[in-house]
Amino acid sequence: MPTIKTTKDIICIHCGEKCPNGSISIENKYFCCNGCKFVYKLLHENNLGSYYKIEDKPGIKVSDKLYDNHFAYLDNEKISGKLLDFSNKEISIVTLIIPQIHCSSCIWLLENLQKLHSAVISSRVQFLKKELSITFKHNKTSLRSLIELLASIGYEPQISLDDYNIETKRKKGSSLIVRVAVAGFCFANIMLFSFPEYLSSDGFLSENFAKFFGYLNLLLSIPVFLFSASIYFKSAYFGLKQKIINMDVPISLGILILFVRSVYEIISSSGPGYFDSFTGLVFFLLIGKLFQQKTYESLSFDSDYKSYFPISIIKLTNQSEEIVPVTDLKQGDTILVRNNELIPADSRLLSSHASIDYSFVTGESAPIEKATDDKIYAGGKQLGGIIQLEVLKNVSQSYITKLWNDANFSAPSTKSLSNIANRFSKYFTISVVSIAFAAAFVWMLLDPSQAIFVGISVLIIACPCALALSTPITLGSVQRILGRNKLFFKESDTIEKLANITHILFDKTGTLTKSKSSSIKYYGKELSDDNMSYIRSLVHQSTHPLSVKLYEHLPTNITYNIEKFQELPNKGISGFIHNIEVKVGSASFCGNTSETDKKDILESRVHVSIDSLYFGYFKISAEYRDGLIQLASQLSTKYKISILSGDNQSELATLKNMFPKAESFHFQMSPMDKLLHVKELQKNGDKVLMFGDGLNDAGALKQADIGIAVTENMSSFSPASDGIIAGEKLAYTYTYMRFSNIAISIILVSFGISILYNIFGLGFAVMGLLSPLLAAVLMPISSLTVVGFAVISTKIAARRLGI
Amino acid sequence: MSVLFILIGFSLLLSLSFLIAFLWASKKGQFDDTYTPSVRILFDDIKDEKKENNNDRMENF
Repeated sequence: MPTIKTTKDIICIHCGEKCPNGSISIENKYFCCNGCKFVYKLLHENNLGSYYKIEDKPGIKVSDKLYDNHFAYLDNEKISGKLLDFSNKEISIVTLIIPQIHCSSCIWLLENLQKLHSAVISSRVQFLKKELSITFKHNKTSLRSLIELLASIGYEPQISLDDYNIETKRKKGSSLIVRVAVAGFCFANIMLFSFPEYLSSDGFLSENFAKFFGYLNLLLSIPVFLFSASIYFKSAYFGLKQKIINMDVPISLGILILFVRSVYEIISSSGPGYFDSFTGLVFFLLIGKLFQQKTYESLSFDSDYKSYFPISIIKLTNQSEEIVPVTDLKQGDTILVRNNELIPADSRLLSSHASIDYSFVTGESAPIEKATDDKIYAGGKQLGGIIQLEVLKNVSQSYITKLWNDANFSAPSTKSLSNIANRFSKYFTISVVSIAFAAAFVWMLLDPSQAIFVGISVLIIACPCALALSTPITLGSVQRILGRNKLFFKESDTIEKLANITHILFDKTGTLTKSKSSSIKYYGKELSDDNMSYIRSLVHQSTHPLSVKLYEHLPTNITYNIEKFQELPNKGISGFIHNIEVKVGSASFCGNTSETDKKDILESRVHVSIDSLYFGYFKISAEYRDGLIQLASQLSTKYKISILSGDNQSELATLKNMFPKAESFHFQMSPMDKLLHVKELQKNGDKVLMFGDGLNDAGALKQADIGIAVTENMSSFSPASDGIIAGEKLAYTYTYMRFSNIAISIILVSFGISILYNIFGLGFAVMGLLSPLLAAVLMPISSLTVVGFAVISTKIAARRLGI
Repeated sequence: MSVLFILIGFSLLLSLSFLIAFLWASKKGQFDDTYTPSVRILFDDIKDEKKENNNDRMENF
């Protein structure tokens, strides 16, 4: 390898990328490309220069490779109508997802959109959701020109087939926070009104006041009983219907008895009731639920192919082009696909050649060359010129999309009912009920008038508040800690399942290998700095992924002008610099006859000739993630490991080296094969954890007990899964799994603590000494200790593990 | 002591108004986005910006 020469880098003031040279500038401000310069000028002309003051180099590099009519489909009323949230005679409102939103400058610029476009009335950003909603006068401008404006300043919205289905849009947030608010309000007021009762010795509180407070408390507890607590009753009812005693059964039993007993005491004027305990219990339980309900708004765990597929496509009919929604495509239609556009349905190629990038399907970005009559699967992206295709199957019937029609996808996911708290609650409920009966029976013999009171007291005090709180609080904090480490779980229950995993499956491409970066090595005659600059300048002209990789790899900074640039599909690129011909591409293209072209998914060779002289080739191969060997040795001590790959066996030796103890290696697996393999393992009693990335893993991810999608970029597509992990964190999987195991132990210890409290409380109850005050004191104390223990010990565990 | 009944009634009404205010706010979407407003409030008014920018531009161009 030649040595790398470093010059002082000039950084683009707009996007912060390295400027190839200092030629593009306004006064003393430099830009990496004309796109960035254009945006800078535009913003300054509109008095929006503060964009550069709020944050340093906030801009997004504008890709100028879009076609002029890239957004032409937005002129189709059927499509644009589906995108608008609201529209009347004058104004329309549209909400767009813009993944590029990343800093406060973005918010500032996008909320001042009316300075750039007079038709915009107002615009609002929701930063965490990366949403922009624009109110505009639609008779002054079209949706298309608005979106083109956004794209031109680097904020191209993501519009996909998903937006076409109105039903899936806008899910109303749950009313949990409202339930908490109501319960909290009633709890606080009841505590206030119960205070005189706590302080009064007998007779101090006049009869009138006691009655007044009693009825007031009763009134306040009704909304808690009917509204706030109703989720527990519902859940318990559904559990019992399926003959399962879940955690909500003893809770519902507890609150029901507390409430009924209290109402009886008030109406019969026999006591003050336990309304304080009752409302406090519901309030604390709901707070636990709220804590567990951590959602990551900017991540989508449910995306299927629709989030990625285009909303429209150009259809050729009688020599005229027509833009149609992709859902309207039928078998036999002829479609037109341009550079960087996605092929929405399985098709046959009509043009002479195409270069298809399947990175979205398989995770591998090296394009595959296709010739006339070749079958092209949906999900591929065309790179290069415009191609014509004949549709072979409907969008929903294509090879990849068919997976979603599989029975596994339509079946509603059964929420895990066998979790630890539910298993525990079965024994808990049975023992509490039997203790209550036993105590009532014994008192029946001693003092029949006390028997019912004692039995009910047992049920009241044993209500598993602390028990029910420890699980959500522990799992909720684990979920937060893992989220900080870029492992995001859709639901905190997944952490519990993680502790029971026996078999781990890895996809190879894009999961074990990095999908973006690759290792590049040069073999051949030594290249001088000039030569490298030539090559770099040439490949800069091409959008081919290999060219882009090579451009990023080569270290020089000088850029030459290329004359007579040519891009020959399937062959390579060529051009002249100072009358020297530079060629980059296949071996035969560069004049090397001895070498046959090696085409392989994991390795590509790019040959170089300068001035008709063959120099050598760059070997570009997919790179495995760091730390995999260590991960494999850690995991193999506890789990079975298998590799499922859609590729051929060429990497078997490398993988065997990396995973010496792996159970099995499977190659050339179709998406359906992967799904069936997971099923097979589950039949043999394995609990399967699957790591995958592309759409081809979607079936297996869904079928597995836990499916985790590996992604390089959190805002990019990841298939429906239980969790999403950042690619660079995959190597820490073992630590995260250990952490989950520790969390389960913490829950078990919390159970122990809450049982100790219960024994203490039950002692009083069985002896018939349970007063409302005692219940009101014991219940929060036990809850708080358990919650405190759970939170603090998960923090300590996380620190010990270094996460 | 019977004045207590009225006072308690008032205290209940007062706290009820807070609850209603909260419910109204959550229904209006006040809690939907808890991050962006914290950034938005720090932005300067764009009109003040204009003058400053014009000065900048005179220097630069």
